[in-house]
Amino acid sequence: MTNPIARIVVVGATSAIAQHTLRAWLAGRDASAHLIGRSESRLASVEADLRVRFPGSTFSHEAVDLIDVEAIERVADHETANGDPDIVLIAHGSLTSQTDSQKNLRAASEQLIATGVSPALWLEAFADRMTTGTLAVIGSVAGDRGRRSNYLYGAGKGLIERVTQGLQNRFEGTDLHVVLIKPGPTRTPMTEHLAVAGARLADVHLVAEGIAHAVTRNKRVAYVPRRWGVIMAVVRSIPAPVFNRLDL
Amino acid sequence: MTSITSWGRLRAAEHSVVPLSDRESAAQVISSARRPALASGMQRSYGDVSTNAGGTLWDCRGLDKFIAFDEQSGVLRCESGVLLRDIQATFSARGWMLPVTPGTAMVTVGGAIANDVHGKNHQSYATFGNHVVHLTLVRTDGDVIECSPQENPDWFSATVGGLGLTGVILTAAIQMKRVPGPWIDAEDIVFESISDFFELSDASEAEYEHTVSWLDVTTDGGRRGIFTRGNPVAASTPEPRETRLTFPITPPASLVNRLTLPAFNRSYFRLKATRARRRVEHYGSFFYPLDSIGDWNRMYGPKGFYQYQSVIPRRDAEEATRAMLAECSQAGAGSFLGVLKTFGDVQSLGMLSFPEAGVTFALDFPEHGEQTEALFARLDSIVRASGGRLYAAKDARMPRDMFERGYPQLERFLAFRDPGISSELSRRLLGS
Ligand SMILES: Cc1cc2nc3c(=O)[nH]c(=O)nc-3n(C[C@H](O)[C@H](O)[C@H](O)COP(=O)(O)OP(=O)(O)OC[C@H]3O[C@@H](n4cnc5c(N)ncnc54)[C@H](O)[C@@H]3O)c2cc1C
Ligand SMILES: NC(=O)c1ccc[n+]([C@@H]2O[C@H](COP(=O)([O-])OP(=O)(O)OC[C@H]3O[C@@H](n4cnc5c(N)ncnc54)[C@H](OP(=O)(O)O)[C@@H]3O)[C@@H](O)[C@H]2O)c1
Repeated sequence: MTNPIARIVVVGATSAIAQHTLRAWLAGRDASAHLIGRSESRLASVEADLRVRFPGSTFSHEAVDLIDVEAIERVADHETANGDPDIVLIAHGSLTSQTDSQKNLRAASEQLIATGVSPALWLEAFADRMTTGTLAVIGSVAGDRGRRSNYLYGAGKGLIERVTQGLQNRFEGTDLHVVLIKPGPTRTPMTEHLAVAGARLADVHLVAEGIAHAVTRNKRVAYVPRRWGVIMAVVRSIPAPVFNRLDL
Repeated sequence: MTSITSWGRLRAAEHSVVPLSDRESAAQVISSARRPALASGMQRSYGDVSTNAGGTLWDCRGLDKFIAFDEQSGVLRCESGVLLRDIQATFSARGWMLPVTPGTAMVTVGGAIANDVHGKNHQSYATFGNHVVHLTLVRTDGDVIECSPQENPDWFSATVGGLGLTGVILTAAIQMKRVPGPWIDAEDIVFESISDFFELSDASEAEYEHTVSWLDVTTDGGRRGIFTRGNPVAASTPEPRETRLTFPITPPASLVNRLTLPAFNRSYFRLKATRARRRVEHYGSFFYPLDSIGDWNRMYGPKGFYQYQSVIPRRDAEEATRAMLAECSQAGAGSFLGVLKTFGDVQSLGMLSFPEAGVTFALDFPEHGEQTEALFARLDSIVRASGGRLYAAKDARMPRDMFERGYPQLERFLAFRDPGISSELSRRLLGS
């Protein structure tokens, strides 16, 4: 290889899951990582933290509006101009209150765009420009079946799943791999309110190791922790008349 | 509201928990919180210094970012919720470690500063606060105070060991210490009497950076034990993989009781005694032997437990230690964890820092109501008579006058309190 240092691009790099996934990758080897997100100051502090942890790796960051189509195209052009990144990880998403979104269409729209449309456009933009490497996106177990407590969030995640299925079909047999990650409930700032309510949440550090592993192996779909694959198979198989009577 | 309990699990109380996760917005969150509020870290304090029943807790664990590390000087700047575990793991293989660490790495930098914690090397490196070179403190009125031993030194010495009562520590800079790597040249030595402990301490302090002793409190009135000493050493062994067990449930009654304790202690003693030798040990098991068992505090059952940690000035230390052991033995109240260690002469910077030159003795006791309280009263009188004091990080019950007498700079400290902050301990010992 001419360039042994891997290049990683992370969209939504301020997310706890993305940060820990980067840590899991960089603990094994030096790389260069470009961090993309919506907040300049948060990106700068994530970058500083990574620099302290991994002095052998190189980092840069860029704040953009993650739902702006022109910005997405510009960044994707730039990041693929001198060759394809080895890994692109798309990690952002927004879990707001389902009841708020039901009452307020604007909130519902923002939720669907931030969780579904925006990540799908980032996928599309990189897929159109890359011929090698791995394009990974964070979906969720919530995308597997709609339920009353979070179906708008789940719909966004489901949208991502359809897009990755299409991309996987489109790039079958080529050197571009598309990976969909479906984490189960994980302890991060996004789930702070669930933790407070006493929910059982996986350790972000372990989830991130699972993600790093799945992406490195180019898995098509990876549930992390793995047991969620089994749980969701059961959840998907419950007949609707029964399912709809459950309070999930 | 969330139910929160500290490490001793003596009581669980409802708190409104406000997470801090981003230093840009922290000052705003802090000044707008409902009062009284209190910063909290990993809740590894045993008693009520880290709880604020019915009030707000600023959960600082999300402030977990490193900010900068200077490879030349070894100064690390980080947010206050960073865990000591992460600092050690990140830097030990690069030749730097924290100069001072307590017996668990599962504590935050903010918690380590607020209790001005000590480790096995007090005689050579004093307390955690002695290596903090800068702090950023946020007050509930929105003021941000930068302090260090040179800049606003009064604010600095009020905040180091300040029990979280002067404001919220947002970031800290720590002078790390050069080490040859993550290894310790360690040795366990069996001792059969308290005087042997004192002789071993005297003989080891000049040549060993780390010294600490575990005492079998249940056998023969508590005389025998294991003296551990060690120095950092270079080694090329691969680092061990992290192994972790978790204490899965809270048993309905304490597993630590009159029947099990002597057996626990005896088998632990035998285990250590048969393995007592010199060895090269990873810092993880040397500094943090209990961290490999998650939630071990559950073993004391649903009522929880106390730790009683005193320091006695050197002159009376031997006699006072014997007297405390005699009280425990008479009360039939053994302790699994009896830890004895000498403190050196370096002055702590904090107005309310616990360590002072002398001998510190820590004992764990399951909660047994009045019986436990009566034993503590007798231990208190020994500590008072010899001019000693108790450690607030471990306390849930010391009488107010004992705190006042033990901490002569208390009056001076009060001027630096943040009126928006209060803990159960401050209400109990300071009246507000
Ligand atoms: C197994 C075990 C071994 C231990 N060994 C030792 C030892 O050897 N030596 C020793 O000294 N101690 C020891 N301790 C005690 C422990 O080190 C201290 O209680 C430490 O302060 C706990 O840190 P924490 O992050 O859990 O803070 P917490 O317990 O959550 O809080 C402690 C105090 O810090 C304050 N605080 C926390 N964060 C901030 C912040 N950002 N700004 C301002 N104030 C803040 C809180 O208000 C509170 O007053 C041990 C504890 C355990 C469980
Ligand atoms: N935690 C879980 O239980 C769980 C389970 C399954 C899937 N996931 C998914 O995992 C991914 C990472 O989440 P996390 O758990 O690590 O939570 P997190 O730390 O809260 O991260 C959320 C990320 O999404 C960004 N974001 C939030 N709202 C946004 C918006 N409206 N527009 C643009 N960006 C927005 C955030 O940016 P800022 O930093 O700028 O706010 C941040 O980067 C998300 O896609 C989430 O849906 C999480």
